[in-house]
Amino acid sequence: MNPIRKKRLYLIGAMVAGIGVAAWLALNAFDENLMFFFSPTEVVAGKAPTGHPFRIGGLVANESVKRRPDGLTTAFDVTDNDKTVTVEYTGILPDLFREGQGIVALGQLNEGGIFVASEVLAKHDENYMPPEVAESLKTAHDNAVGNTQPQASIQ
Amino acid sequence: MNEFLAMGGYAAYVWPSYALAFILLVANIVAPMLQRKKTVTEIARKLRRARNEQK
Amino acid sequence: MNVFMRWFHKMGSPKYFYEVSGKMIPWFMWTFIITLVYGLYQGMIVSPPDYQQGESVRIMYIHVPAAWMSMFIYVVMAVSGLISLVWRIKMTEIFVISSATVGASFTFLALATGSLWGKPMWGTWWVWDARLTSELILLFLYLGIIALHSAIEDKRVAARAISILALVGVVNIPIIHYSVEWWNTLHQTSSVTMTGKKAMSTSMLIPLLVMSVSFKLYYGAVVLMRARAELLERDRNTRWVEEVVQEDTK
Repeated sequence: MNPIRKKRLYLIGAMVAGIGVAAWLALNAFDENLMFFFSPTEVVAGKAPTGHPFRIGGLVANESVKRRPDGLTTAFDVTDNDKTVTVEYTGILPDLFREGQGIVALGQLNEGGIFVASEVLAKHDENYMPPEVAESLKTAHDNAVGNTQPQASIQ
Repeated sequence: MNEFLAMGGYAAYVWPSYALAFILLVANIVAPMLQRKKTVTEIARKLRRARNEQK
Repeated sequence: MNVFMRWFHKMGSPKYFYEVSGKMIPWFMWTFIITLVYGLYQGMIVSPPDYQQGESVRIMYIHVPAAWMSMFIYVVMAVSGLISLVWRIKMTEIFVISSATVGASFTFLALATGSLWGKPMWGTWWVWDARLTSELILLFLYLGIIALHSAIEDKRVAARAISILALVGVVNIPIIHYSVEWWNTLHQTSSVTMTGKKAMSTSMLIPLLVMSVSFKLYYGAVVLMRARAELLERDRNTRWVEEVVQEDTK
């Protein structure tokens, strides 16, 4: 390679590396803002912002979904298999919403420690399979573990 | 057939996805064809003019 | 110099490239159509509905290959940009701009189909999580490259400018890829990985992979078509282009 080309290559390499470092620093600085949601553990520990709405993400705990008497409000527990936060939401839930499913809710904690959500989104995991496979996996899992508590972790 | 078109109730989301994919795939084939044709016509016209001037 | 390098050198000659690519396009086109038909057959008819998403899972057979293409094409474009800047090869300069439109199309397709899947499944058309936002930035990078190229009259200068922009934006590619792991996002993590964890059933993996091969072949055809058109425009005052045009309009 002749010297001019070598110089150009180094210059471009330096430019890309410089931008990479700058991007890395910027992303590190904004790390918290890039987190889409807080886990129930973080919320219970008081790491979530107070005074303005934030998102909480976790799994809908089994047998925790209850309809309030008004028929529109749903209450359920969100868990990360460690801590649990109760969420209340009035409105239409997405198709994927069900017990054991990952969800992300936007809202605020009230004085009673209940998370009042204005929006509930379902989070899908990376698993794709036909219903029959899911059924046989579930049966095998239940037989092996002996419970039906969701074990999948939420990212 | 109707069942297939209904996509289990998700027809309004599945078919637009495929339609959009189809439109974009075709558009990206047609666009360079037209671009090339236009350039060829332009150059051909220029060449013809140059030849006529020589005469 | 090995065989590949010799071929690469030969392809640097515009006339040779124009002739050879003209012969390559039909091959790409036919293999694309065959794999597309097979992929659609697998994706629409053979593959089962998902245990949770039902039939809406079929959107994935467009969405995921399109998203892969959006990043793949960007990397090809950035590498062409690097070669153009260092070695000043005209053919790679042409590849940069020829990739931009088709890359932008795939990025838009990935975003739009993702949105169409997100509405029924997540419950929203759009969220500002790290994955969706970084993919949107990718679309803006493509559009910026197209706009910059058309704003500069001198095509050699334009090629250099967009090569630099393409290289600046390449930092976004690992961000898109790892966004779902570095930060928690609404978007799910990758189902298909090199480590071979099996998160997707084979019956769904087949149409996904077939479609992604099909899209790559499509890109091969389209980028060559675009490159030939750009080449004619840039070399319009040369002898070989005049010969090509005379041959074409006979």
